Amino acid sequence: MRKLVLGLALLAAACAKTPPPKAASATPPRPAEVVSIPRDPFPSTYHAYPGVTTVIRGATVYDGEGHKFIGGAVRLENGKVAEVGQTVAIPAGATVIDAAGKWLTPGIIDIHSHLGVYPSPAVEANSDGNEATGPNRSEVWAEHSIWPQDPGFTRAIAGGVTTLHILPGSANLFGGRGVTLKNVLGRTAQDMKFPGALPSLKMACGENPKRVYGSKNQMPATRMGNIAVDRQAWSDAVNYKRKWDDYTQRAKDGKAKPTDAPRRELANDTLMGVLNGEILVQNHCYRADEMANVIAMSHEFGYKVSTFHHAVESYKIADLLAKEGICSAMWADWWGFKMESYDGIRENIPLVHNAGACAIVHSDDPDGIQRLNQEAAKALAAGRRVGIVIAPEVAWQWLSLNPAKGLHIDDRTGSLKAGKMGDVVLWNGDPFSVYARAEKVWIDGAVMYDAADPARRATTDFELGQPGRGDVK
Amino acid sequence: MKRLALLLLLTAAPVFASTIAITGGRVATGTDTPPTDATILIRDGRIVAVGAVAVPAGATVIDATGKWVTPGIVAAMSRVGLSEVDEGTPSNDAAARRSPFSAGLDVVPALNAAASPIAVTRQSGVTRAAVAPEATRTIFGGRGALITLANGPDLLTRAHAFQVVELGEQGARIAGGSRPAAYAAFEEGLAEARDLAANRARYRSFEPREAQLTRLDAEALVPVVEGREPLVVHVERASDILSVLRLRQHYPALKLILIGADEGWLVAREIAAAHVPVIALSLEDRPEEFESLAATKSNIGRMVAAGVTVAIGSYGDGTGNQTRNLPQFAGNTVAQGRLPGGVGLSWTQALASITSVPAKIWGMTDTGTLSIGKRADVVVWDGDPLELASAPVAVLIDGVVQPLATRQTELRDRYVRLQHDTLPLQYPK
Repeated sequence: MRKLVLGLALLAAACAKTPPPKAASATPPRPAEVVSIPRDPFPSTYHAYPGVTTVIRGATVYDGEGHKFIGGAVRLENGKVAEVGQTVAIPAGATVIDAAGKWLTPGIIDIHSHLGVYPSPAVEANSDGNEATGPNRSEVWAEHSIWPQDPGFTRAIAGGVTTLHILPGSANLFGGRGVTLKNVLGRTAQDMKFPGALPSLKMACGENPKRVYGSKNQMPATRMGNIAVDRQAWSDAVNYKRKWDDYTQRAKDGKAKPTDAPRRELANDTLMGVLNGEILVQNHCYRADEMANVIAMSHEFGYKVSTFHHAVESYKIADLLAKEGICSAMWADWWGFKMESYDGIRENIPLVHNAGACAIVHSDDPDGIQRLNQEAAKALAAGRRVGIVIAPEVAWQWLSLNPAKGLHIDDRTGSLKAGKMGDVVLWNGDPFSVYARAEKVWIDGAVMYDAADPARRATTDFELGQPGRGDVK
Repeated sequence: MKRLALLLLLTAAPVFASTIAITGGRVATGTDTPPTDATILIRDGRIVAVGAVAVPAGATVIDATGKWVTPGIVAAMSRVGLSEVDEGTPSNDAAARRSPFSAGLDVVPALNAAASPIAVTRQSGVTRAAVAPEATRTIFGGRGALITLANGPDLLTRAHAFQVVELGEQGARIAGGSRPAAYAAFEEGLAEARDLAANRARYRSFEPREAQLTRLDAEALVPVVEGREPLVVHVERASDILSVLRLRQHYPALKLILIGADEGWLVAREIAAAHVPVIALSLEDRPEEFESLAATKSNIGRMVAAGVTVAIGSYGDGTGNQTRNLPQFAGNTVAQGRLPGGVGLSWTQALASITSVPAKIWGMTDTGTLSIGKRADVVVWDGDPLELASAPVAVLIDGVVQPLATRQTELRDRYVRLQHDTLPLQYPK
């Protein structure tokens, strides 16, 4: 019903915009047509589901910005966080949840996921995460590979994940565009797209690109080959941008016709988007020395790395990362599964945090995404054992506000602040304890997961009729 | 030769100098008794007392006041000691894709006490482990071993501890594309073993042929078919589990152990009735493959409730399934039981699933609990051993206090401050 009314309203708005018939006289000179590259040809069709005004009170609240309220409260209203504090106003008719002994936090944001592009079950037919047909595949978009029926999304929300960034794999130096999703199932990937979030460019350092292409006797076969191919691509992108900037200026000045517009090159569209600050670089990079090379390269071509992903050796250059304002998205303890992960240590995350750099806990894994809070807890404890004492309410930034910063959505979500999206998790205990689980998850103020209510636990199409359908996972 | 043997004996033997008393700690024994405050006395590498006992004069005291004490963690399955860096280096001995041998491959000569994962895993409280090779060319992976993680030159405690076989999707893939192909390979392998055992003199000599076992492989399967060496079978799907249990109709002596068993809860009564123990992960809850459609984190709880013997474990890796994180995996089974509709383990069951239960599965009757007469494999923790924030502060194996430093702690200490003094960081401080 509500949708219908909305649809009618849109139609009316569209009618209102129809220009009136032209008067015969006084035709103003039409501005020259300027060909431009559409910024959002696959727009989000996400819409928030209905919620009710809800007050959750008596919980230990981590606001995600470093503050804690013991016995605190949060009010959700109109899909947003309306108030956070020791106490909040309770409007008439509000649903009140007494949450004594429980914890309330912002929803977890995973900045590195392959859900949908490497879905479950892991069959070749649905394995769509790596366009490993050339080292620069900046033209591909992860969202065009996403299978919205991946059961992994439902497991992730049970782990308190409300927003996730889906990246292409790391076979290529330039893997293509990543996309930010609300963790709300839809019939299409567009239904899940976080409205207004910037796309990313996935880049990769190190072993994967040189192995994939070196084994085909093709460049890059070495780390120096990696950087050389990167730099040529950036140089070409700078050239492409010059052509477009020049054309656009001339067209605006009435000196260029639409047919003068440069030929679109989809790969360069993405790289130019980075140079224009409209696309964020998410760079898979394990080793400290390689991160430094990438930073120098970014200076050479005038772009910024948002976040180094995996970043197993960020602790070796945490000062440099702090100075450059680059986040590190890290595991708590993965190491030794390949040479570039050999120097992984459990203190990586707290050491990066302690240096004043932006630390993020990420998963890169359909299982790990279900307990990013546990990974943060292990890192927190490892830090404490070497004298880096970080309060849990401060460490929660690794799980929500810092990844939101890495995705440039921190003005809309990532912390419990009045006016931000109502993306909230109620935990049945201390979320840094192994014994705690998410009890309820709100996304944009609507309950999208409830451990106690089968009606609030989604089953993807794939799982219908299967032996595991509807089970407590 | 004689001197070498003596040297090994000397270095591997625990130091039996004195009595050790671990006092003041909250002791969880790995059995079904709840944790209590107790003192543990250790003499000659064995536990000689647990409870409210006086500390003998001259004993070395480990003060565990405010701390927890448990048996050493027993990794029901792992690959620790087989590899330094898993991918793309010659340090990895878990798999041999181009070898003509399979069932006969024995992990023992690959065991490397100096491999970093040994120290890293020991630092997390793991004191004993089963170590398995990986099946690649045929469905048979080879012979696994039991090891100690004690600091020293030799890890081995039991060679030829088990044989590994793949009979699910992985087995089907290896065998040529189907489950029937995997079962055909299995029957052929066991038939050859019977032939060989029946008449060694007449058994054909080595003839490497596609998809056929060598004499060495057949030899390795003789103790399996005769029930003297356990067979660890990797399957996940409920129907695959039933197929494995039915193997005993033709091979009644088989000592089966299931590994994986994501859908075990669907056939838990059948597994329990067959008295086949299971090594399973506690966190599998996705249809990761078609053979795991019913995966749930309640799997272990439901199997245990049905009477199945279940230890937590997997072949393990350096990512999400690290052997050192067994306490985390166990703690999650407790969490699962607190979820509406979820089935988990009690705290004592959870601890047992990574201590006494795996010890029992492997017939390691002298470890796995803190009881009189057992080997003194003991861990002192700075908190609840299953909690994410906790870590061992002391690890004893056979009564010997183990070093807890690792390559990783050295890296940490080097980079904990990034100052550049008079020399680069790579010089000693």
